[in-house]
Amino acid sequence: MTCEELKKIAAEKADLINVRRIVREQAEKLAVNTGYRKQVLVCGGTGCTSSHSAQVIEQLEKSFKELGIDDVLIVKTGCFGLCALGPIMIVYPEGAFYSQMTPEHAKTVAEKHLVKGGQIVKELLYSQTVHEDGSVIPFAEIPFYKHQMRIALRNCGVIAAEDITEAIAAGDYAALAKVLTEMTPEQVIAELKASGLRGRGGAGFPTGMKWQFTRDAKGDKKYVCCNADEGDPGAFMDRSVLEGDPHTVLEAMAIAGYTVGADEGYIYVRAEYPIAVERLNIAIDQARKLGLLGKNILGTGFNFDIHVRLGAGAFVCGEETALMTSIEGHRGEPRPRPPFSAQCGVFQKPTVLNNVETWANVSPIIMKGSQWFASIGTEKSKGTKVFAVGGKIKNVGLVEVPMGTKLGTIIYDIGGGIPNGKKFKAAQTGGPSGGCIPAKFIDIPMDFDNLISIGSMMGSGGLIVMDEDTCMVDIAKFYLEFTADESCGKCTPCRIGTKRLLEILTKITEGKGEPEDLVKIKEIAQHMKSSSLCALGQSAPNPILSAMEHFMDEYEAHIKEKRCPSGVCKSLLNYHIDPDKCRGCTACARKCPVGAITGTVKQPHVIDTAKCIKCGQCLETCKFGAVVKK
Amino acid sequence: MSEIVFEGTPEQAEALKKCIDEHRGEKGALMPVLQNAQAIYGYLPVEVQTVIAEGLDLPLAEVFGVATFYSQFSLKPKGKHKISVCLGTACYVKGSDKILEAVEKQLGITCGECTPDRKFSIESCRCVGACGLAPVMIVDGEVYGKLNPKDVPGILEDYMKD
Repeated sequence: MTCEELKKIAAEKADLINVRRIVREQAEKLAVNTGYRKQVLVCGGTGCTSSHSAQVIEQLEKSFKELGIDDVLIVKTGCFGLCALGPIMIVYPEGAFYSQMTPEHAKTVAEKHLVKGGQIVKELLYSQTVHEDGSVIPFAEIPFYKHQMRIALRNCGVIAAEDITEAIAAGDYAALAKVLTEMTPEQVIAELKASGLRGRGGAGFPTGMKWQFTRDAKGDKKYVCCNADEGDPGAFMDRSVLEGDPHTVLEAMAIAGYTVGADEGYIYVRAEYPIAVERLNIAIDQARKLGLLGKNILGTGFNFDIHVRLGAGAFVCGEETALMTSIEGHRGEPRPRPPFSAQCGVFQKPTVLNNVETWANVSPIIMKGSQWFASIGTEKSKGTKVFAVGGKIKNVGLVEVPMGTKLGTIIYDIGGGIPNGKKFKAAQTGGPSGGCIPAKFIDIPMDFDNLISIGSMMGSGGLIVMDEDTCMVDIAKFYLEFTADESCGKCTPCRIGTKRLLEILTKITEGKGEPEDLVKIKEIAQHMKSSSLCALGQSAPNPILSAMEHFMDEYEAHIKEKRCPSGVCKSLLNYHIDPDKCRGCTACARKCPVGAITGTVKQPHVIDTAKCIKCGQCLETCKFGAVVKK
Repeated sequence: MSEIVFEGTPEQAEALKKCIDEHRGEKGALMPVLQNAQAIYGYLPVEVQTVIAEGLDLPLAEVFGVATFYSQFSLKPKGKHKISVCLGTACYVKGSDKILEAVEKQLGITCGECTPDRKFSIESCRCVGACGLAPVMIVDGEVYGKLNPKDVPGILEDYMKD
């Protein structure tokens, strides 16, 4: 196709998409042009699919048939971000935000709201979108969305993820057309450099420089790679981009291909993301059919095609050289650098590799300009960052905020705070390579450099919130179990170091720790950081080191007092019965598998801690809350 | 568990041959072929690896090396119903270790094992990305979220029937 044809497709569906981007009155006027009275957007991301959004769509289709509704469009989109409340369904032009939908609810909404002259079913709306006086608040104005700024996720939850025409109408491929027809490779690189975009995969390397190195590298064949091996547990922003707006990644990779002189690209994506893989394959097929991938793209003579490669469950393959080795079909072990991948990457050819979220930022920079992008964020971290917020927080989900947003804003204003009235203890960023941010840094502006200065890192954007019930020693042990398991074994410092650190931490959580252990941890950590082959080993000690820096008291309690202050480490816990609360019902004594509980009926019972195997049955059984562990 | 004898059907052999033919000569073909082979047979016994090595003209040692490197590849057969408990961070802080314990207790096997009747196998995984539903477990691709250890017996009971 030509650029004119691309513009035509974009224009045809522009109003359809705009109805979803603006609110209320204007949207209602626009809706008239679209041929659809209403549009129902149902989330088809992994979170909502897991909570059965497909059944919601099925029910809607069934109800539409029964009720004779033929002027309401059903759109299966990517993630809306508020995963904790899935399945989510939004009705436009009103912008009515229905949460935790069931097929039953869908039927009600179809009958009462979607029929001609219907009214919003307020009882089924997300409670925060209904004002006390009963009026409905547009969802974009509720705290979860109000503080966000969506650049990478701009089309996620807005377009039908499996329809390339909706993607084009939402702006995808316009940047590619502009680059191919109006810009030289040098101009593209200059624009990226001026924007200040840094890699979103973890290290924060300036993207423009990366492209420059690959462009400058000599070679007849070059490659463009996308790192979608989002292995950091608890991070799912890349998955959401691939599920919600796969074309933005394809487009940006083609732009890079033009810029560095490559005609082939690989997307390395986790096999654990079946929906993302399926959507990517659909997107690539559609792009090829329209001539947006393949030979002579947009009639400009530029050739570029993309292959998908599936990971097979190895965390180390998120590391760039290991990823490339894996694409080549080998064991995913990292290679020493130099040579760097810009000179010697996939199949030993010059390669530019970026993470999914980085790719998603490229087109907006080309379209809106580096000035605009550089005006967002902090001095050295420009633009926005997507965080996957999880753990002990009310609004689990995906949020995109300007760089430099305070941790407190994310946790309290957007995240809705900690459930069950518990106290915030720490947030973990950077996954197994990062560290924790204690409550005292709640006001720290989150950007690449600030997080490193307090011993954590941005990482790919997983943000796990922990409350007072989380034991920091146990969490450090959890991450070490992960890295020890995932260490590829190629280099000694990482293979042995992770194992030894895990042994020491296990010892501490079992109450066998000695003060010297803390010295040993630091020594091993130092060796691992300075001599491991890749980032996995170099950063594996970070979770322990940052926990020791900020929560030394917990380590000391485990080692000196043989006590777990959060009541997590099993070996250090003892179960007791509070004599004031015990009614002597004998329920616990009957449940105890080892006969450790004694007492007479209607008299307070006692647990013999020597016999107790800490199975916790008594705690679950007691109706009076008399059993406590401490 | 007794030694499991490899029993491949002619249809499976045919499907594998087709897959190898499609990828022959392609750069980095081994991973996609192994992934396909596992989808065909459910696991990667040495007999299958040998066919792949010959078909792609690679040393068997290299095929074995790749098959044992990645956690997705299994050299042992899995149960009819595959249970996977997420031990990713978001699930872990919400107590997914207790869910795994409950599954293990219910089936009488530990993580990584298969029941003697080969009906169930348990494994742990690191994040399926359904963190909004933490803690989660997956049975045959179906995601069960916001779990309490008490929910486990009820869920497994349905799978025990068939």
